Amino acid sequence: MFAELNSILNTSPDSFKPGEFILVSDKHTDASFLIHHFLSFYLRAGCKVCFLGLVQSFSHYSAISQRLGVSLTQAREKGQLVFLEGLKESLGVLLQGEASKGTRTMDFLRDPSSGLRGLYDFVRDNVRGAVGGAEEWGPPVLLVDDLSVVLSLGVSVGAALDFSHYCRATVCSELQGSMVMLVRCEAEEEEESDDEGSERLLRGLIHQCSLTLQVQGLPTGYCRDIHGQVEVCWRGQCDKQQAQKKLFQYKVHDKGASFFARGMSSAVL
Amino acid sequence: MAAPKMSVGKPTADRLPCNTTSFQKKSRSKLVSIPGTRPSIQNGQLIVSTGVTSLDYVIGGGLAVGTLLLIEEDRYDSYSRMLLKYFLAEGVVCGHELYVASALDHPNDILQELPAPILDDIASPKTEDQAKSCDPESQDAMKIAWRYQHLPKVQTALASSSRFGHYYDVSKTMDPEICQAARCHGFYLPEHSTAVTSPTATTPGQSPMPETYSSLLNNLQEVIHREGFDGTVPQTKSRNILRIGLHSLGSALWDDDLCCRENPSHGHALTTFLYGLRAMLRSSLSVAVVTVPSHLIQNRALMGNITRLCDTAIALESFRGSERETNPLYKDYHGLLDVRQLPYLNCLVCDLPDNKDLAFKLKRKQFSIERLHLPPDLSETVSRVSRGELTGTAILGSSGCGSGSTGNRHLDF
Repeated sequence: MFAELNSILNTSPDSFKPGEFILVSDKHTDASFLIHHFLSFYLRAGCKVCFLGLVQSFSHYSAISQRLGVSLTQAREKGQLVFLEGLKESLGVLLQGEASKGTRTMDFLRDPSSGLRGLYDFVRDNVRGAVGGAEEWGPPVLLVDDLSVVLSLGVSVGAALDFSHYCRATVCSELQGSMVMLVRCEAEEEEESDDEGSERLLRGLIHQCSLTLQVQGLPTGYCRDIHGQVEVCWRGQCDKQQAQKKLFQYKVHDKGASFFARGMSSAVL
Repeated sequence: MAAPKMSVGKPTADRLPCNTTSFQKKSRSKLVSIPGTRPSIQNGQLIVSTGVTSLDYVIGGGLAVGTLLLIEEDRYDSYSRMLLKYFLAEGVVCGHELYVASALDHPNDILQELPAPILDDIASPKTEDQAKSCDPESQDAMKIAWRYQHLPKVQTALASSSRFGHYYDVSKTMDPEICQAARCHGFYLPEHSTAVTSPTATTPGQSPMPETYSSLLNNLQEVIHREGFDGTVPQTKSRNILRIGLHSLGSALWDDDLCCRENPSHGHALTTFLYGLRAMLRSSLSVAVVTVPSHLIQNRALMGNITRLCDTAIALESFRGSERETNPLYKDYHGLLDVRQLPYLNCLVCDLPDNKDLAFKLKRKQFSIERLHLPPDLSETVSRVSRGELTGTAILGSSGCGSGSTGNRHLDF
């Protein structure tokens, strides 16, 4: 959990808005440090977390969360965290894929045209369990790292948008929980002749979400002391008139990240 | 998910045998000591050398076990092939097992071309004792040079060296005896494609991976499982690392039209394969190097997807055949090296390089990677002439019969 980011977003583990759909996107850089922030944030807040880790193993997140002060193994044992290890499940599907073996969660690997129905079923089963469960956890939270990898595996943009829409309807509207998704784009300067998949996905998700954090590299080039910039955009809610945007620069450390206004990096001052 | 109970925070040694799914480095537990590996300085990750010490330095110390290095090939596949051979040669020297897959050359041919390691001439005391005890006649043989009898013999055999990276002499090939001492598994696509029967009941349009990639993935999983590199199964014998070298994936020989068309029909074949490979690497004690002919891929977005599914990615661009070969600015180097991506493994941040303009040069005993620096401008006239000459030749070359190049500073009447 990054304290400076909490103050930027005006949230804390004790008080945060329910029903938020937070979209984290990046271009030419890696925004997964924000996913670690949200993971430790919601675990500290006592929510029931469902994490779809499609690109890294559990031990990776566990090692980093240890440094941020949260133990994922304990959370998993207590039932607060449900972790889907996409890589491990995928091997069973990709190798001599027997249809009968295992769950249908990663079925999109075997047949990309079938969409992400299996993944949504997994989410729905594990998020609903919180409501009638014995433990008193807070509102459910869904974290996805990262959604654009399913595009590289052959799933269509429409199927990915359907998945996020279904998840939002279940998690945010129905259960008043929160959702955080990471989307990685590869933006090119010139227009592609066919509309590029991840750009369309990003545009569709920006329309659905309530808060976006867009991470980019510095427009002036590579710098060792400033890793990039984050644009935080609150989309207009019913009580606010217009969307609010703020721009920060950041640097990632071993145990966190520091955010500062443009030009106020400690390396420069 | 069959994850055995993992120790939460205690480095108990008795948990080590069942510490299986996450051999990937917990910094507090006891390290598995495998020859040819060492823990990384930055985050304690178990790393191996790529065979090129300067490349190890550029990618942050070495290749982490369980990760994938992507090399984007240069135009004639000369230097990327060289890097692959360095990687395999390092595996032979360290005693690791090798797995080579290729569609073009037979893996045995690749293994015969490995560069010879430059060995130290310092003998270990062990061999000296053995020499004294088991060949008395060689001592008698030194009748003239008897003063040198007590000196240790020059060691020519390959002892288990504790050094991390080695140097190789590319003008010589590795001794076949040394090469045969290492266990090698090969996957030669023409041999396998005839043996594999048609897929059962799935239409080819449905599955995203063509038969070639899925047979490679299956073969790799079988080798990992059979030889005991699988991290999920507890092993009794001593651990070793499997070095996987996959040559020219994505080329047309692998039945993939990624490099042939702008909108390939199997656009997701290579990415699905890399996803499966990543899953396999994360759960086993292996490290993989994949070369991809990226200069043939026309869709840059696909290249971005491929890069993001690998952990470390570098791109080579050689000057051979381009006009830069004769450019005096680049005369010291053979090509440019671009580090496209460095992994963040088990930590939030990796050691970022301070300079990204790198150039490489293949010397006889070293593949050196240096910061690209331009030669200094000694005086104004020198630099002006060189720039004028360059622009002049460029304009003349394009126009053909230009009477006076417009970029010429000197006023000629």
